[in-house]
Amino acid sequence: MQRVGFLGLLLLTWALAARYGPWHSSLFPGPAEVARSFALMARDGTLARAVTRSLLRLFQGYGLSVLIGVPLGIATARVPALRRTIKPVVMGLQSLPSICWLPLAILWFGLSESAILFVVVMGSLLSVAISTEDGVSSIQPQLLQVSGTLGIRGVRLYAGVLIPAALPGIVTGLKLGWSFAWRALMAGELLFVSGGLGQLLTTARELLDVARVMAVMVAIVVIGVVMDRVVFQAVEVRVRRRWGLEAT
Amino acid sequence: MSTVAAAEQSGGPLGLRAHSLGSVLRKLIARLSRSRKRLLVPSRERSAPAKIAVKNIGHTYRGRGAVVALEKVNLDVHHGEMVCLLGPSGCGKSTLLYALAGTVEPSGGHVTIDGKEVRGPSPDRLLMFQDHALFPWLTVRQNIVFALRARGLDRRECERRAHAFIHLVQLDGFERALPHQLSGGMRQRASLARALSMDPAVLLMDEPFGALDAQTRAQMHTLLQQIWMKTHKTVVFVTHDIREALVLGDRVVVMAGRPGRILWDLEVRLERPRDPDDERLVTLSRQISAALREAQAQSRPMAGAGGEGRDDGELEGAGRGPRLDGRGAAGGVSGSAAADLGAGG
Repeated sequence: MQRVGFLGLLLLTWALAARYGPWHSSLFPGPAEVARSFALMARDGTLARAVTRSLLRLFQGYGLSVLIGVPLGIATARVPALRRTIKPVVMGLQSLPSICWLPLAILWFGLSESAILFVVVMGSLLSVAISTEDGVSSIQPQLLQVSGTLGIRGVRLYAGVLIPAALPGIVTGLKLGWSFAWRALMAGELLFVSGGLGQLLTTARELLDVARVMAVMVAIVVIGVVMDRVVFQAVEVRVRRRWGLEAT
Repeated sequence: MSTVAAAEQSGGPLGLRAHSLGSVLRKLIARLSRSRKRLLVPSRERSAPAKIAVKNIGHTYRGRGAVVALEKVNLDVHHGEMVCLLGPSGCGKSTLLYALAGTVEPSGGHVTIDGKEVRGPSPDRLLMFQDHALFPWLTVRQNIVFALRARGLDRRECERRAHAFIHLVQLDGFERALPHQLSGGMRQRASLARALSMDPAVLLMDEPFGALDAQTRAQMHTLLQQIWMKTHKTVVFVTHDIREALVLGDRVVVMAGRPGRILWDLEVRLERPRDPDDERLVTLSRQISAALREAQAQSRPMAGAGGEGRDDGELEGAGRGPRLDGRGAAGGVSGSAAADLGAGG
């Protein structure tokens, strides 16, 4: 209730500032105008096309990150030699903002889908790997000991004990990786034109259509919040409850 | 009951002053030695081959100053016996247990089970810990089934055993509960059910009830005795609580530390199920604690002043069990009272 009230107040302030403020209405449109622009995009299918395009890329890039990052994280946690060698490299590369991979990606892959996928993967792979590694290395030693004494080993140990035991950490990594992937994708799409929400932003800027710029920004925020809060939060809470890490 | 026994005991030294000191002391010694003869006797050699044979094992932990955890320890455990390893923290009892389990490789000597040398952990020598070590994401039933599936049993047999052993530890109705939804005692029971369902040749228990409150612990003792009387598993049970050892053990193997060694190997001749407040058991517990004090007093001067301080700290750390330290006669009475509290209330 409080939150809704605050949101209403924010919209009201925005509307008032746009109407009575010193700025020209084409540079600082009010919420009504932005909503109109949003509805227009939604109706003529521009928004749906851009969202589909962006999300498809995101799923590819993010999926690839998870497929590589989770096994990489487990391997670094389980093999001492890898922990000593790969982990510092991964930690170092993690400090590089993912968009800095774009020039290299363009040189290697040209102005193509692959270039943007590469940026998305580099943006999220490392944080997925780091969180997974963290989750696996913080498994209670007692669980590993009991697995040994119960004779659980091989595939059963990895699939049945290590991954479930590290799941709370892995889910956090997946969530983090998702938001990094989303950021990397938007940055990449803004910088080179090839459809998607980022391109929609760029074209709106070129047309000086501020209302549309804002409408696209709103769309990006909504997608981010929905994925983060609704999907990942729900999964994270369910896992933590089942594992007994959070009161039910 | 235990309070009465404690009062009797404390009445003893007071009485000494009033009556002829010599005759009372003689009578007391005679009574104690008679009861010791009856209920607590040195373990006999047996002709049957031992289930677990420990020959001359030693173990030294390397690191900051080598610690001799075990020195030339010999122990035979026979089929269907429940043997308690008793001693203060740091006496090497857990190291001995882990050597039986195969998770610790002793630096010298041999451990054989059914004549086969122990090499590495195996579900045949199952370890149970102070921590329940249940898989937190699996229900009680799933915990058991998962462990059994790893042994290659088919699903129907796994379900059958899970059901049977959940019933055995009296957890009916909690099959679908997650570990964090259970109380400490129930978790330990679930852990026990999982261990027993694996049908190990030997069950190794490392202070499994050490983290439970006294009342729950007493319930676990009753349950474990009931189960043991039904299954007659070979059990090696590590504890620092004298009463716990006497309630559970067919034999109580008393150990001392620095270097870790066996002091006495005693057979407990009390019928089962045993009651921790049984007067005879309380008396035996007092005798053992007195004998331990004596033994420790003798070995003290060699340990040196610094070592003494550390020893005390370690025994404090042993928790609410009886304190196995040497403080003379007055300390003896309070020590026994501590034992009463530890097991009974």
